[in-house]
Parts: sequence; structure tokens; C-alpha cells
Amino acid sequence: MPQNADNVLDHFNLFRQPEYKEMFENKKKNFENPVADAELERVREWTKTEEYKEKNFAREALTVNPAKACQPLGAVFAAVGFESTLPFVHGSQGCVAYYRSHFSRHFKEPTSCVSSSMTEDAAVFGGLNNMIDGLANAYNMYKPKMISVSTTCMAEVIGDDLNAFIKTSKEKGSVPADFDVPFAHTPAFVGSHITGYDNVIKGVLEHFWDGKAGTAPALERKPNNSINFLGGFDGYTVGNLREVKRIFESMGVEYTLIGDNSDVWDTPTDGEFRMYDGGTKLEDVANALHAKATISMQEFCTEKTLPYIATKGQEVVALNHPVGVAATDKFLMEISRISGKPISEELTKERGRLVDAIADSSAHIHGKKFAIYGDPDLCYGLAAFLLELGAEPVHILSTNGGKAWAQKVQALLDSSPFGKGCHVYPNRDLWHMRSLLFTEPVDYLIGNTYGKYLDRDTGTPLIRIGFPIFDRHHKHRYPVWGYQGSMNVLVWILDAIFEDIDRNTNVVAKSDYSFDIIR
Amino acid sequence: MSVAQAESIEDLKARNKELIQEVLKVYPEKTAKRRAKHLGTFEDGKPDCGVKSNIKSIPGVMTIRGCAYAGSKGVVWGPIKDMIHISHGPVGCGQYSWASRRNYYIGTTGIDTFGTMQFTSDFQEKDIVFGGDKKLAQIMDEIQDLFPLNKGITVQSECPIGLIGDDIEAVSKAKSKEYDGKTIVPVRCEGFRGVSQSLGHHIANDAVRDWVFDKQEGKPARFESTPYDVAIIGDYNIGGDAWSSRILLEEMGLRVVAQWSGDGTIAELEATPKAKLNVLHCYRSMNYISRHMEEKYGIPWCEYNFFGPSKIEESLRKIASHFDDKIKEGAERVIAKYRPLMDAVIAKYRPRLEGKKVMLFVGGLRPRHVIGAYEDLGMEVVGTGYEFGHNDDYQRTTHYVKDGTLIYDDVTGFEFEKFVEKIQPDLVGSGIKEKYVFQKMGVPFRQMHSWDYSGPYHGYDGFAIFARDMDMAINSPVWKMAKAPWAA
Repeated sequence: MPQNADNVLDHFNLFRQPEYKEMFENKKKNFENPVADAELERVREWTKTEEYKEKNFAREALTVNPAKACQPLGAVFAAVGFESTLPFVHGSQGCVAYYRSHFSRHFKEPTSCVSSSMTEDAAVFGGLNNMIDGLANAYNMYKPKMISVSTTCMAEVIGDDLNAFIKTSKEKGSVPADFDVPFAHTPAFVGSHITGYDNVIKGVLEHFWDGKAGTAPALERKPNNSINFLGGFDGYTVGNLREVKRIFESMGVEYTLIGDNSDVWDTPTDGEFRMYDGGTKLEDVANALHAKATISMQEFCTEKTLPYIATKGQEVVALNHPVGVAATDKFLMEISRISGKPISEELTKERGRLVDAIADSSAHIHGKKFAIYGDPDLCYGLAAFLLELGAEPVHILSTNGGKAWAQKVQALLDSSPFGKGCHVYPNRDLWHMRSLLFTEPVDYLIGNTYGKYLDRDTGTPLIRIGFPIFDRHHKHRYPVWGYQGSMNVLVWILDAIFEDIDRNTNVVAKSDYSFDIIR
Repeated sequence: MSVAQAESIEDLKARNKELIQEVLKVYPEKTAKRRAKHLGTFEDGKPDCGVKSNIKSIPGVMTIRGCAYAGSKGVVWGPIKDMIHISHGPVGCGQYSWASRRNYYIGTTGIDTFGTMQFTSDFQEKDIVFGGDKKLAQIMDEIQDLFPLNKGITVQSECPIGLIGDDIEAVSKAKSKEYDGKTIVPVRCEGFRGVSQSLGHHIANDAVRDWVFDKQEGKPARFESTPYDVAIIGDYNIGGDAWSSRILLEEMGLRVVAQWSGDGTIAELEATPKAKLNVLHCYRSMNYISRHMEEKYGIPWCEYNFFGPSKIEESLRKIASHFDDKIKEGAERVIAKYRPLMDAVIAKYRPRLEGKKVMLFVGGLRPRHVIGAYEDLGMEVVGTGYEFGHNDDYQRTTHYVKDGTLIYDDVTGFEFEKFVEKIQPDLVGSGIKEKYVFQKMGVPFRQMHSWDYSGPYHGYDGFAIFARDMDMAINSPVWKMAKAPWAA
């Protein structure tokens, strides 16, 4: 009997005991009709070949292990960034259960969001009644200051009109006539989660700036010196937005973070559940119209929002998830240029410390080969940082990055001698990446939690940077932006490299002469 | 100390009534009327729990429920490890359900097993406009090409499929023919169907009947039958649950020919009509196929409960009662063998858990099945409810709950929070969406869907882990730190 009350065996060890091993063998042999070992081995080896890679890259219809989620997820991400705002997703209810679970698994925090729970009858007759009842219930139960409406693919396929539905709901008294209900159509079959972020941010700005769906006069812009900041869809939003605030404050620049979800996904355990916490104040969203400029940290997350803001007469600046010295320099110099305020002594010193750290450690990173996958801007930012470190981002892959993104990354690669021999792969998935890691191996892989399967299959150590991170805790609390954030990224990469070296040199009397105490 | 502890049963019932009235106040009148039917108190001697169930969730209330796709792909079909399950439609559904349910299995993933992979048709606008059948056919070809050792394919429909009028049955049939009768199963589990995951279970069960069993008619079993062949039905092997169950059935002399569906294979599904008895753990999700096998193949089925020694013992005897003395003796032998372990586990943990109050809100069988395990540890379940239970679940629940237990069906986020706030249990057992809400409130919590990344909880080996985990949750020093010493 393997189990023991004094030392309770978990699943990791319990099922390795002989009783269980024997049971597994018998189950397989007698009942599973298994593939013969030789055949299994043959196919396993075949999937590592150039021939398989070619077949794999010839895929046109099937997607396997994609590195993207759907629009409505990004919609919820954006909506919770506003003061006391309840995201309301119009469509099937299972979707909302999924978004809430997905975010809670990443942030280890509650995620509040409601659904209009449409079923067969709504599929036939439309979901107007679901909207009317849903808004009334949500308003009464959860006392939000704003309800941000987005859609699932179901509501989009049947063509529900949010603007008309919300108007009718208000007429029926679901919520007061002057209650803020911005909306965005976010079909899951267009774009990805970053598109949903874009659409909701744009929807919220339009609501406040353009006359609240015809119920109020449009605001008139009276330019001031403030800067708006958009983070984009970002798994490090908690750490990053706090770092960005610190940067603005360090420079004494007036700013508005639009969609600040850094508090709602980092609430204390002190006896109280905070359904809402922090967030961009609604009046600040309205006043953001008057800002001098808007900086987007992630161009591909704000493809519609930035041009919209530009039509209001603001300058817009799009960055690509800046990480590292040069990218952070550019970020800060843009803030400085727009605001007319110098970059603070504090930040300049932090820059020097980052350069110092790179100088201390670059010997261990220089020339190392990396594969990166993730959202388009994240991939760009990390690739730029690796080039700066003298590393080679050999494979850069994004499922939701398209041609325009690929060209931009290619230009980046062309700008550095370390980018020679590196390739960019738009609209590809992690099964493509698996082939690449076999046919053109690299030293390290950077990506989200799902990359652990690639690590297991190909032996390429995974450095977890991306979204979601389910199997490591608290990473989202750390910034990856600014000089300090870049320092975090540098340390995570170095930790992985040193651990890898130790793992490869720890065999007694065989390789442990290199098991060095000082590195 | 729990509020409940100080009160008589009558006080308790009055308190529940008051509590229910209080939460109903927040709703608009129409909603309050509808929600009132789902909230109640169990009265001893009644045939059910006095609440309505399996009714549409109300828009905007923050239901905890999922959808039919979750019931089919996420629960029933997804764990069948040697088949490829296509999440057919936009990318999200497959992404959010990717490997998150912890259905453990053994196999070479990507080569002969595919459980922790996400296959999707990643619908784009053009697929919605022009239909996705051609793409689906091409996907099946690409699967055959790149994953040649797969033993079958299922098509797990997402919402748009049923709305745009795709004919996934025709595609499946044509491709099955093209690939020499390969098992290809179209499943109409669009998320908007029904009121919860539950219809997805039913649809998935029916798909096994229509697209797996009917194809097997007249084919001999791949193995020599014995009088002791049983199939485990409704165990998803979360954290290895089916394994720590199977080992007991085998130890008592039975032969397990199939696992449905945790660590299961298509060969096992096909073999099940040759079993002598189906033993059913999750009644809610797999009673349909059990009834079908009883009607069509004359295979009896028997519900059992492998949570906690009292229920395990009862269940082993119940299962053995379907067999001869050899098996009955086997059951006694197993019970005797594990008793010292169980005594040791209870001796260690019961003193730390005695008298602790628990509130549950879970899915299929757990709102009732785990109650015995808590009671073995001296704990008391003071409130429970089902995410997607039907009336027959609430009837079965009467055998588990005590007089005065608060019952809440399809509970809303608001109600659950208020109930816990007022009742102040020592532990809440529910899902990932609820976990952090209650932990913020300073209430110990265990996820009772995923076992909070632990498990197995089934069987004797699992009970040791269950007991350890409950102790770890409740007696963690962290809860004493929630209030700052200087806070009022």
C-alpha cells in the first residue's frame, strides 16, 4: 500500500509506486488497443524531421495550440480597468465563465463579469429581452458606476444591435437614462483578444467624448498638457501600470492611464472582497479628450483606438511593448518631448543601473539563440531587447500577428548584426513552433505557460514571459516595462541560463568540474 | 466559531429564511420571484431539497454556470485521449478549456495521445459568412496527415455552428467513409443550447450512442470476457481520481475494461457494451449512456461514491452485491486492508477539523458526494447547491444532507457572497471563479472541481490527500494575518 498518513503522497509520487505502474501497464496492454511501441517511436522521430516541418507549415485549415484567445476576453480585460465598472457580455453565458476562469488562473484574483445568458430562444428571436433584464439585474445587484457591454460570437452571428438594445433597455427603465453604458461589438471570429481590448477602449472613449450615444452633447476638446497612456492587453498589467505611474510621477508629468486594471487584479486579503477597486475615474476618461497626446504601449492593441484619438486633434504615439535600454529611452524621450519636462535624475540613474547589469552579465547571454512567441507587440519588444543583449531571436512567432507586424519585426532584425539568420513567423501556432525547435534548435524559448509542452517535447528550456502564466505565481506583480521592468526580464533570462548550466554540469565525477560556484 | 453552531434546528431554519429574504431584496421584483424558487432549506423527510433546478439562468446576475460545449468537450469527450477533439468555431472556447480540467492520462502527447492539446478551426469572418464545412473537411485531412496515429476525431460545435446551418454530420460521414470507417463523431454541443453544461453532457452521451456504439453492432470484443468485467462510468480522472478508484475495484477481484472518460480510449468506449456491470460515479453527466446500455445491452448500472472511507466501504459492498462470493469476499478484504490507513488518517486530521462547518457549491455529483468524506473528518456541511443539477440530483441529496441545510441552486455571485458572509463557515468548496472572492474575505477555500491542483480525492489513497488538504486550508496560519493588528 503506497499511501501513508504520516507522509501523504501527492499525485506526483503516488502514481509512480509499483502497484499503480503495474495497473497502468495492464490497462494499456489489455484494453487500450495501443499503438505498437516501434510505430510510436517511428512517428515520434518523424515529427522531428524537416519533412514533417514542411507538411506542418503547409497546413491551411487546422490550428493546433494557438497563442491567442478571442476578442471578448480582451473586452473584459479593458472593461475592468474603469472605476466601478462591470463588464457585461451579451451572448452565451459559458463564455463569461471561461473569461473569468482564465483571468483568475493568471492573476490569482477574482474577476467579476456578467452575461446576458442567451439561449435557443434568444438565438431565434434576438437577445433584446436578455439585455433588458440583464442590465436591470446587474445594475441593482452589483451597483456599478458603469456597465461596459461587449459581445460573444453568438450575439454577433445573429446580428444583435447593441446601440439599439441599450437604448431600448434604458427606455424600459433597466438603468437610469443618464447611466453610462458604453458598448463595443467584439466578434470572436475577428482578430484576437488584443482586438477586443482595442474595440472596448475605443467604445468607452467614443461614449464619453462623442455624446454618450446621442444622449448628451459631444465634448469639445480644450487642449491641456496632460498625456494619456494606453497599456494594451498585458499580463503584467499590475506591475507595469504601477511602474508607468511611477515614471510619469518621477518626471512630474500630468497623465491619465486609460483602463487602469492594476488595482482590481491586485486586491488585498484583509477580510473584504472588493468587486471593484481603483480603475480610471469616469470623469478622467471624459477629460482625457483634452490631453495633448496619447501614448500607446502596444501598437497592435490600439489599431483602431489611436486613429480615433488622432481625429480629435491629439498627437498619438505608438510603441511596441518597449523592453530594454533603447526602447525605454525612446518611451521616456517621447514623454519628455511631449510634456516639455526633462527625464528625471532618478530615471537616468535607473538607466545607468540597467546598463551596468547588462555589462555585468552580457557574457552569459551574448550569442545565445532564442525562440519567442506571443502577442505581436510583446514579441517585438522582447526581440529588440535580445538584440540589444547580443542574443539572437532566431524564431519570432505570433498567432495574432499578421503581415504588417512581420514586416516591422523584419526591419528590426535587419537593423542589427545579431538579427541575421533570424526569422519572423506571422499567423503561426505552437505546433509550428514545435517543428522549428526540432529542425532549427535554439538555446531558450520565451513564451507563456503553454510553452512548457514545447520545453518537454524539444528540451528547450522555457522562460515564462507572456499571457497566460498559470503555473508560476505572482509574475504579473512585476513590471517588464521601464528600466526596472527590463531589469526583471534580464534577471529572469539569466536565472534560466544559470539554472540550465547547473543542470548540465551537475553529474558527479563526470561534468561537475564546471559546476562552478562563481559565475 | 460558526454562527450555526449556537443555534437549534428551528433557529437555523428561521435564520435561513431570513437570509434568503434578505438576498432577494436586492433583485428587481421579477428576478426575485424567479430566484426565490432556487433557494431554500432542506426539511427532514421531504423527497427533495425544495428548490427548482435545471432552469435557465437569469441574465446579468453572475451565474457560475458554463455551457453545453463545456459539458461535452470539457467534460465528457475531452478526456478520451487517443482521439482528436476539434473545437469547431472561433478560437476562444478551445483556448479557455485547454488542459485546464486536469484529466490525467498516460501517453505520448502529440503522437498517440492528444489530451492536453488544443485543436481548433479558428473561425474567421469568412467561415461565418460562407460556412465552415469545407474547412472542417480540410482540417480532418490535415489531422490525418500530421497526426496519423489518432484513433478518431470528434467535432465539438461552438455557438456559430448551429446558427449558420453547417452540416457537420455530412462532413463527418463522408470523411469517415474516406478514411475506411474511421470513427468521426459530430457533436452538436453549441454553447447556447440548454441552460448549462448539463445538456452538453446529454448531447455528448447521445453522440457516443449514435456514432460509437451503433458502429460496433455485432463486432466481437477485443478481449476474452470474464464474469467480473466492469466499466467505470463518470470518472474524469481529475488529479488521478479514476486510477485511485480502479485500483480498489481490481483489488477486490473485478476487471475494469473501460474508464469513462478520464484516461479513456476509444477502444474502451467500444468495449463497454461487453461489460457485466457499469459502475457510475458522476450520475449527472453519464446517467444517459448508462440507461441506454441497460436498455439496449441489458447491462445493469450501480451508482457509487468513493469519497471518504464510510462511503467507499458502503460502495464497495454495493458493487460486490452484483457479483458472487469471491467478489464479496474481495470487497471485505479491501476494506480490511485499508482500514488501518483510514484510521491513521482520521486519527491525525479529525482532531484538527472536528466541528468545522463547510459550504459547497459545485457541479455534477460533488455537492452531495463529498459530504460523507467531510463527516468522516468530523466536519459538517451546512450549505450546498448545484451549478447544473436536476431534480433527481436534489432527490439524491436528501440522503446526504442534514435537516436545516441551506440549499442554493445555480447560485449567483451576489447570493453566495452574502450567504458566506452571514453563515461564516470555516471552509468553502467551490470553483476558481469563487476561490479568490472568499479568500479575500478571509475564508479558507478549496477548489472542488480541480481539487485545487491536488488530488486524487477518490478512493482510499485519495482520502488521505483530501484530509491533508482540508486541514492545510483551514488551519493555515495565513488566515490569522488577514486583519492588521492596528486595524479596528
